Formats: sequence, structure tokens, C-alpha cells
Amino acid sequence: MIRSAVLVLAGLILAAEPAFPGGIAPSDKRSGLAEMGPELQAMQRDDTAHPGMLWVQDGADLWARAPTGGAPACSGCHGEARASMRGVAARYPAWDARNGRPIDLQDRINLCRRTHQHVEPLAYESADLLGLTAFVATQSRGMPIAPPEDPRLAPARREGRALFEARMGQLGLSCAICHDDHWGRHLGAAAIPQGHPTGYPLYRLEWQGMGSLQRRLRNCMSGMRAEPYPFGAPDYIALELYLAERAAPLPVETPALRP
Amino acid sequence: MRVRRPAALRLLALASAAAASATRAEEIALPLRPVAVVGDAIPASLTEEAGDPARGRAIVLDRTRGLCLLCHPGPFPEERFQGNLAPDLTGVGARLSEGQLRLRIVDGRLLNPQTIMPSYYSLAGRLRVAAAWQGRPILAAREIEDVVTFLTGLRDPAPGDRTAPVMRPAP
Ligand code: HEC
Ligand code: HEC
Ligand code: HEC
Repeated sequence: MIRSAVLVLAGLILAAEPAFPGGIAPSDKRSGLAEMGPELQAMQRDDTAHPGMLWVQDGADLWARAPTGGAPACSGCHGEARASMRGVAARYPAWDARNGRPIDLQDRINLCRRTHQHVEPLAYESADLLGLTAFVATQSRGMPIAPPEDPRLAPARREGRALFEARMGQLGLSCAICHDDHWGRHLGAAAIPQGHPTGYPLYRLEWQGMGSLQRRLRNCMSGMRAEPYPFGAPDYIALELYLAERAAPLPVETPALRP
Repeated sequence: MRVRRPAALRLLALASAAAASATRAEEIALPLRPVAVVGDAIPASLTEEAGDPARGRAIVLDRTRGLCLLCHPGPFPEERFQGNLAPDLTGVGARLSEGQLRLRIVDGRLLNPQTIMPSYYSLAGRLRVAAAWQGRPILAAREIEDVVTFLTGLRDPAPGDRTAPVMRPAP
């Protein structure tokens, strides 16, 4: 009696546990690009029409410009970004051994500013940080997202998944309710995408500008009427780690364009 | 000796104390009005005065107050963008009694703990509520009654859907 009840319960738990991260089958996995109309898709694909390319161009200039104080430019140590930065964005967030924590690409760039250029870190969402990050990430365009198998990342990635599945805010929604269970449906006027971080930093028409993945996550949290984490919070890095695992092996699209 | 303040003033002081604390992590709220669940319904109104269907309609259509049409479609031809995450509200006043409607809006989790429909008049189990919404239910008691009154009037079946069952006769 008890035994069969336990078995039934185990069956239920097994049935509830999705087979893939997020329960999205590999053959169904698709970028938010697929959710957009043909005009916006064309705009993202045409570098001459894509407003985000202005930021990428500014990033390219910054890459080659030495900071005041005598330290080398990014290019002084890393050379041609096309070669040295190829594939880098596809494996971030990654483990920062010096500080013993996971970091995302923008934090990695600020770390180089601090430790190798001896200048102040760039502010979150500043045009300079968005431009440099977009320039570095653009070198991975078309490459599959490939999260490192580093076991030191596992606890934060698990934490990210727990955050993704947790109900929060005044509306009591979770990221998973929209992006795992109802992608493809309509929330009022908006088509719900699967929520993959393939194109960041990206140009969003609603922002009329470029923004980071953290800014996008803050938008979703505000929609849930949840208190967003401060920029740079470890909670975002945890979410970014889980999102990357969930999105792999979709290709990097930076700079993407979204409504 | 302390001067005894009239009750209304004390309530006011309490309300502003709650507002001042809204930026803290924990939710401090004025107590909600008690609700009495009977079966799958809350038969009694949350307020003394009756709900106003016109105000209720405005709340349902407002995507920053009721938020209903983010998820539900319904008989609102002027609203071009309606969600499709939830059942159509067309004819819902014929399918459900006033008390059943009230429970589904106050706290649908009492019927289905997994539901994605927000609990509009409950503070139970909330986490990381944004400062601006701390300690407040999604709708106030009076707004709940306005919405319930409006929904009870949504009795027409969908156009072309003449066979839609009318579960309850009009009172
Ligand atoms: C003085 C040399 C130096 C300069 C200048 C420098 N870096 Fe670095 N960078 C390094 C080294 C060394 C590493 C390897 C990690 C470490 O030891 O910090 C690195 C790592 C990186 C990585 C991670 C690469 C990977 O494979 O994970 C990125 C991205 C990066 N740098 C970007 C930049 C950018 C953008 C700038 C300009 C703002 C910059 N770096 C300036 C030396 C430099
Ligand atoms: C109520 C539904 C809902 C919830 C809950 C929600 N989102 Fe979103 N999310 C959306 C919609 C809709 C968009 C597309 C935005 C648009 O087009 O306006 C989106 C966009 C995104 C994107 C951008 C995808 C791209 O293609 O660039 C990411 C990433 C994302 N969400 C992650 C999250 C995370 C993480 C959470 C939880 C903290 C979350 N979302 C919670 C509805 C939701
Ligand atoms: C986040 C999505 C969401 C929002 C916002 C939402 N609902 Fe719902 N609602 C649902 C879902 C899903 C159901 C189906 C029942 C369940 O999940 O248990 C439902 C069920 C209902 C029902 C019962 C319908 C039936 O036919 O049994 C009513 C009535 C209702 N909602 C009214 C409202 C009203 C009024 C509002 C706005 C004040 C609202 N809902 C906002 C998702 C939502």
C-alpha cells in the first residue's frame, strides 16, 4: 500500500522533471530572432541598416585606443580581435580564478581595465562598456554557444536554474512559466520568446538603444513586479550561466535586434 | 499623560508607517479584509457597497491595473491585443457564480496551487516584491468587487457559439 503510493509519487516526480534544461527539446530550441517579423529579421541581418553596429564601431575604436596613464590598449596585448577574441563570448560566463567566482564578459573586460590597464572600470550600461562588450562578442557571431564544463561553475549554474524556476514579485510568476511553459504564446501584444541570451548586448527598439542582458532581465523582473537585482549582482551571473546552458548550441548573434 | 487619538487618525498613522517601510526587504502590510471560503467560492462581498460594473470593465481592460487581457482573451472588440495563456472570458458570468468568480480572482491558488493566474487579493508566499508594490494586494477590495460585478454580467456566449452551455440560469 505505502510502497505503491511511494512508487506513484516517484512516477509523478519523474514525470514532472523535464528531460532537457527548460524542458525545450533540442529540435524546438530557437532564438528570439525567429519570433520577429521579416522586416526586423532583415534589419538584424543587414549591418548597414542595423543601428547596433554604431556601438560595435565605437567598441572597435576603444579597443585600439590606449588609456591615459601609459598602459597599453586592449589591442596592445590582445592584437587583432578578429583572431584573439574569436569564440570568447560563446563560452562566457566563465570562472575567474583570480577572484574565485564566475564572471560575465562585461566583468571580464572591466577586470582587464583594472588589473592590466590600471584604470577605473566602465559603468554598467555606459556606451563604452556596451560598445566594447558588443565588439568583443561580435567576434563570435555565428559560433555555437558553448558553456565551459568547468565544475566550479556548477553551483552558480544550479542557483541560476533555481532562480529561473522560482515564483517572485507581486504577480507570483517565474521566468520558467513564460519562457519554458508558454513560449510562442501571446502575452497581450508580445510574443513570448524562449528567452535565450544569444544576442547581447543588443539594440532594442523599445529602448531606442543598446542594452546588456542584465538590463533585459531587469525588464522581465519589473514585469513580474519583482525587485530587480542591482547591476553586477551574482544573481544575474547565476541566471546568465543557466541561460547559456539552456541556449547551447544556438549561435551567438551579437549585436542582435529586438522589438 | 498620553492623549488618546481617534481611531481614524490611528489608522492613518498606521497607513503612512506602512508606506514608509515599503522600501524594506520584508513586506509590512495593512491587514487585508477577511475572506470566507465556502467550497469553491467566496460568496460574501469584500465590501459594504456593491461593485460598479463600468469601473470593473475599465480595470479588466487596463493592462497596468487588472492585467487580465495580458493572459485572457475576452469579448472586448476595441482591444486588439489579447493574450492566449488563459481561458476566454466570454460567457464566464454564465459559467461561474459570483462567489466562484470572487474566489478565482482573490486567490485562484486555493483551487489550483500550480495556476499561473496571479492571486489578486492575497499576500501569502510572495518573494522579492518590488518596492513600489510591497504590502499591497494587486487590486484593492473595492476593485475586486468592481471586477466581479462586471464579470457576472459577461453572460453572452461567443458569437456563433449558440450551443455553449449555460450552466446557471440568471438569478
Ligand atoms: C596588459 C595586457 C592586457 C591589456 C591591456 C588588456 N588585457 Fe585582456 N587579458 C589580458 C590577459 C593576461 C588575459 C588572461 C586573463 C588574465 O590573466 O587576466 C586577458 C583576458 C581577456 C579576456 C578573456 C579572454 C578569454 O579567453 O577568456 C577578454 C575578453 C579581454 N581580456 C578583453 C580585454 C579588453 C576589452 C581590453 C581593453 C579594455 C583588454 N582585455 C586589455 C591582458 C590584457
Ligand atoms: C510574464 C511573462 C514573462 C516572465 C515571467 C519573464 N519574461 Fe522574459 N520575456 C518575456 C517577453 C514577452 C519577452 C520579449 C520582450 C518583448 O518582445 O517585448 C521576454 C524576453 C526575455 C529575454 C530576451 C530574449 C531575446 O531574444 O533577447 C530573456 C533573456 C528573458 N526574457 C529572460 C527572462 C528571465 C531570466 C526571467 C525571470 C527573471 C523572465 N524572462 C521572466 C516574458 C516574460
Ligand atoms: C498571468 C496570466 C493571468 C492573468 C494576468 C489573469 N489570469 Fe485569469 N486565469 C489564468 C489561467 C491560466 C486560468 C485558468 C485556471 C487555472 O490556471 O487554474 C485563469 C482563470 C480565470 C477564471 C476562471 C475562468 C474559467 O472559465 O474557469 C477567471 C474568471 C479569470 N481567470 C479572471 C481573470 C481576471 C478578471 C483577471 C484580471 C483581474 C485575470 N483573470 C488575470 C491566467 C491569468
